[in-house]
Amino acid sequence: MPAIRLKSYEFRREREKAWRRLEVLVQRVEKSGLRSLRESELYELPQLYRQALSSLSVARSISLDKNVLTYLEALSQRAYLAVYGVRRHLREVLLEFFTDAFPTALRRHGRHLLVAGLVLLLGTMAGYLLTMADTDRFYAFVSGDYASGRNPMSSTESLRDALYSDHDETSGLAAFASHLFTHNARVGMLCFALGFLLGIPVFLLLLINGLLLGAFTALYAGRGLGSEFLAWVAPHGVTEILAILLCSAAGLAIAQSLIFPGRLTRMQNLARRGREAGVLVLGAVLMFLAAGLIEGFFRQLVHSQAVRWSLAAASLAFWIWYPFACGRPRERTS
Amino acid sequence: MSRAAVLDAGHPPPRLHEVTTPEGVTLHFSIARAGDRLGAFMIDAVLIIVATLLLVVLAWSATSGLGDNSWLWAFVVLGIFLLQSFYFIWFESRGRGMTPGKKRLGIRIMDVEGGTLSAAAVVVRNVMRIVEIHVPLMVLLAPQQFWSDAPQWAQLIACAWVVIIAGMPLFNRKRMRVGDIVAGTIVVVAPVPQLDRDVGGEAPKQPRAQDSAYTFSREQLDVYGAYELQVLEDLLRDKRAQHSSRDALAAVADKIARKIGWPGRIRHWDARPFLTAFYAALRARLEQRMLFGKRKEDKFSDD
Repeated sequence: MPAIRLKSYEFRREREKAWRRLEVLVQRVEKSGLRSLRESELYELPQLYRQALSSLSVARSISLDKNVLTYLEALSQRAYLAVYGVRRHLREVLLEFFTDAFPTALRRHGRHLLVAGLVLLLGTMAGYLLTMADTDRFYAFVSGDYASGRNPMSSTESLRDALYSDHDETSGLAAFASHLFTHNARVGMLCFALGFLLGIPVFLLLLINGLLLGAFTALYAGRGLGSEFLAWVAPHGVTEILAILLCSAAGLAIAQSLIFPGRLTRMQNLARRGREAGVLVLGAVLMFLAAGLIEGFFRQLVHSQAVRWSLAAASLAFWIWYPFACGRPRERTS
Repeated sequence: MSRAAVLDAGHPPPRLHEVTTPEGVTLHFSIARAGDRLGAFMIDAVLIIVATLLLVVLAWSATSGLGDNSWLWAFVVLGIFLLQSFYFIWFESRGRGMTPGKKRLGIRIMDVEGGTLSAAAVVVRNVMRIVEIHVPLMVLLAPQQFWSDAPQWAQLIACAWVVIIAGMPLFNRKRMRVGDIVAGTIVVVAPVPQLDRDVGGEAPKQPRAQDSAYTFSREQLDVYGAYELQVLEDLLRDKRAQHSSRDALAAVADKIARKIGWPGRIRHWDARPFLTAFYAALRARLEQRMLFGKRKEDKFSDD
């Protein structure tokens, strides 16, 4: 055979420069983001990317050079991820989260929230009624650790004191608040993750927490401290219980898409619902932070019932207003 | 030449995940191996534990002499929580979808459909670690917390359930763990483009004397197909072959020479030039035929 001039070699020689250039640009985008590119380079990137893709399709049909084929495949993959996997600036993401994604997710999960709320209410009612009927049942619902001395044996005085516990120095409150937040957020995330186990543990957790709340209410109500107890719980409780319900609702949504996948396959459905539910969990973690601050600082520092009630009412009003005020799709005028 | 002799034995070819770009080209991502993922997780877990310990020790030593330090401890508690819950989320949601452990082992996460990896997806896939890792660990280490008085059959069912959840990546073809399934993500080998010299196709401007010594007829070239060509490319490209396995080159050259009926023997030191020339000629022949729509896959396929 005469001197060999391979078509595939020529093909590579003509385009290699553009490939190398794309490699450099992609590397920079990966390292320091799209912002590191100059304006001209921003125009260059998608063009080079498309060139690489077309090189790949051509190479697949004319070249047997394995090295070039694997190179182009990897280069195209990397450029593809750099071009289409682009993330926006954090500020934009946050803004979108609060004004659109989170309220939308809240509205979409209305039914799940309702179910979770009903289960919690059921537990609370049961705990309340059962403990009212027989105060000894309190021990069945509340573990000794959690009660920390507050039980049917305590005197009314000591129970009242627990509601107005006054840390002399405010310095311990920060640690208290941060402990509350991290503990609650962990429980919330657990609640969501358990949704994958077909949702049964979610219901159990809700019931158990409801029983606990009901038992405590009954304990205080039995001593005529009912409204004071509620004023103690409600300021942070509104946000915290809602956050727990959000996590549970997210878990239930996962369970639902696992059991009733609908038109899509289970995997597709899970992936779609899972991400929506993830927005709820992220929002719930932030709510736990707010609740932890209220519980850790406000509750310990403010003892006026009127202020406690008004904060509770305000936060309730906010959570009712928020999902309906933000992120509504504009009415289409056609 | 046998496949095992040339291919790196021991590693099965990676499973592929296909994504079609909006431009209509299908890309084949390699799915990360289970072992690599476990290794990456171990590295990350060790990093988290070391960082947690460091934080505690630092705070300890900083507060040993001071009176009021509850603010500091508040931040330590918060820091540990953030570290444990948001380590993966933080790293994976930035640019490259890699934690330090994943980076070390060259794997990354991507959207299973190939779209943008959203923050919510990253959060979900990592929050799911609670049921995949924390709950199984607790069941293993402190079972009495879960079922002090549950009947035995219930314990068995719970154990099986835990094993299924934790072992999920081994039960599906795409190696997706529970978090991946719920978030719609997949862990792939981070593509590293590497372009080497063309082994045989460097068009010789002036054919060297030794190259021209090797010319092949069509019949000789039609013995092999694309598969053999690429195996030969790997062999020629392999840097180690230049030193340790000269014998391998000689053996392969000998085998080819006999198969195609090459007159005379290939001497030991001629093996590389012979194979290079054969590679170039074979590639030219096969690519030419490809242009006419005839692709010969391997030596067994008919013309």
